[in-house]
Amino acid sequence: MFCLPPSPFGRGNQKDMTKRFLPVFLSTLAFLFGWHVFTRYSGIPNFILPSPLSVWARFLKAISDGSLQYHTWITLTEILLGLLAGVTFATVLGYLLAKSRALEKVLSPYLVASQAIPVIAIAPLLVIWLGDGILSKVVICALIVFFPVLVNTVVGVRAVPAALYDLMRSLHASRAQILWKVEVPASLPVFLGGLRIGATLSVIGAIVGELVDAEEGLGFLLQVGDFQYDTPMVFVAVFTLIALALALYGFVRALEVRLLKWQDKT
Amino acid sequence: MPPPILTIRNLTTVFPDENGGLRALRDVSFDVHPREFICVLGPSGSGKTTLLRIVAGLLQPTSGQVTFARKQQPRIGMVFQQANLMPWRTVLQNIMLPLEIRGDGDHDAHKKAREMIELVGLQGFENSLPRDLSGGMAQRVAIARALIHDPDLLLLDEPFGSLDALTRERMWTELSRIWQARQKTVLMVTHSISESLFLADRVLVLTQRPGTIKMDLNVDLPRPRRDEMRYTAHFGKLARKLKEAIE
Ligand SMILES: Nc1ncnc2c1ncn2[C@@H]1O[C@H](COP(=O)(O)OP(=O)(O)OP(=O)(O)O)[C@@H](O)[C@H]1O
Ligand SMILES: [Mg+2]
Repeated sequence: MFCLPPSPFGRGNQKDMTKRFLPVFLSTLAFLFGWHVFTRYSGIPNFILPSPLSVWARFLKAISDGSLQYHTWITLTEILLGLLAGVTFATVLGYLLAKSRALEKVLSPYLVASQAIPVIAIAPLLVIWLGDGILSKVVICALIVFFPVLVNTVVGVRAVPAALYDLMRSLHASRAQILWKVEVPASLPVFLGGLRIGATLSVIGAIVGELVDAEEGLGFLLQVGDFQYDTPMVFVAVFTLIALALALYGFVRALEVRLLKWQDKT
Repeated sequence: MPPPILTIRNLTTVFPDENGGLRALRDVSFDVHPREFICVLGPSGSGKTTLLRIVAGLLQPTSGQVTFARKQQPRIGMVFQQANLMPWRTVLQNIMLPLEIRGDGDHDAHKKAREMIELVGLQGFENSLPRDLSGGMAQRVAIARALIHDPDLLLLDEPFGSLDALTRERMWTELSRIWQARQKTVLMVTHSISESLFLADRVLVLTQRPGTIKMDLNVDLPRPRRDEMRYTAHFGKLARKLKEAIE
């Protein structure tokens, strides 16, 4: 479950895949074994550092009573909605900023200043304003995703070669044609780089929100486990989060591999 | 002689820079008649590319006018000094771009693109990406792209600069053929005297920066022009004239 490697999927043959996955698989196995041996012989109590086997047992139990699926679904919903909102706003604003120096001059001081405030510091405020439901988490998630996507959109659109604009204008292309046939594909590599960072951060955003105050979600599960000295539960929640982050990262990587085939192989 | 389709009057271009502006073109005037093939020769930095960009409507001159006879700008096919391909498009897709922008039928576009590929000798590379092409091949794709939408006015910026001698001479023949068969008007920048004498009706020579027209030479060599023509006395005389004007 938590041995998804952060490497591109779908490329290469069976042998390649084995080569790529084998080291990760082996090192994960070695890690689990070391962990097991350590908990077994160090005498550290289970509620401080549970053994991998008790985490596994807790995992099975959380699956069978359906609680893990339920809370994972909640968190995933927050993440996906937050990503959608954050990426949409960042892309639109990023494009406008890239196209208008005047707008950039007006807005960039605010944007930079807003980055000086850690999201963790304003998360409680957002929960007060927006309630302890899913909305506040979606907004926190969107905020944390916003900046890297914005910056990469600006950089990506600015880097579109001027010569391609000349080409399009010599053919009397419309603004929409320039957007879809030049600006989008040309800025895609940098944009997807931003999306990759944003996707990973989105998990953090949702959890920060849930840790402030929530009735459901993996962050809630984590906190309940903490209060009840159910440390194996905390581990289950943490590993599920890692899996979510890796899956999102892997998804964006797969997009990159698919959409950027035309780039020089590096 | 028919009235000009393009009149260029007193073009002057100054690019802003730290010390009072960089003068690229100074008071350039000439007429272009329908179906004329004009070559522009001149030292590096004399404003040849700038001139083409102004005619294409990509750049506003600091002063002066570019006027098209039919009011509206004609359909333009442009080959840039660098191939300027879209790296995410295959050869075929790059060549089809002008038709796509015009919103032409897909089936027809494919057929035309294949004809163009044959014309520039890139059969077998239809689905290659620009990163897998040599410089000369990329430039040939750019030439095919400039021709596919049957433009009235071809603006060519050293289109054959990166081709080997053999391909270049084949492209000269092809370009002459297309120009004659399809009745196009061509404005072509080049560094090569023999290229200009092989192709042009008229050769304009620009001076060092700021470029201004130093010579407007009528090339009265018979067509079709063949390789042997180079060894004639008249060709030699014209070549010497141009050479002296450039130096
Ligand atoms: N967009 C621009 N901004 C500032 N200066 C420019 C710009 N475009 C061209 N120049 C300058 O104008 C002068 C003429 O440039 P241009 O590209 O037209 O020359 P050229 O005759 O095409 O040269 P070459 O034969 O080397 O291609 C050069 O000194 C160049 O640096
Ligand atoms: Mg030039």
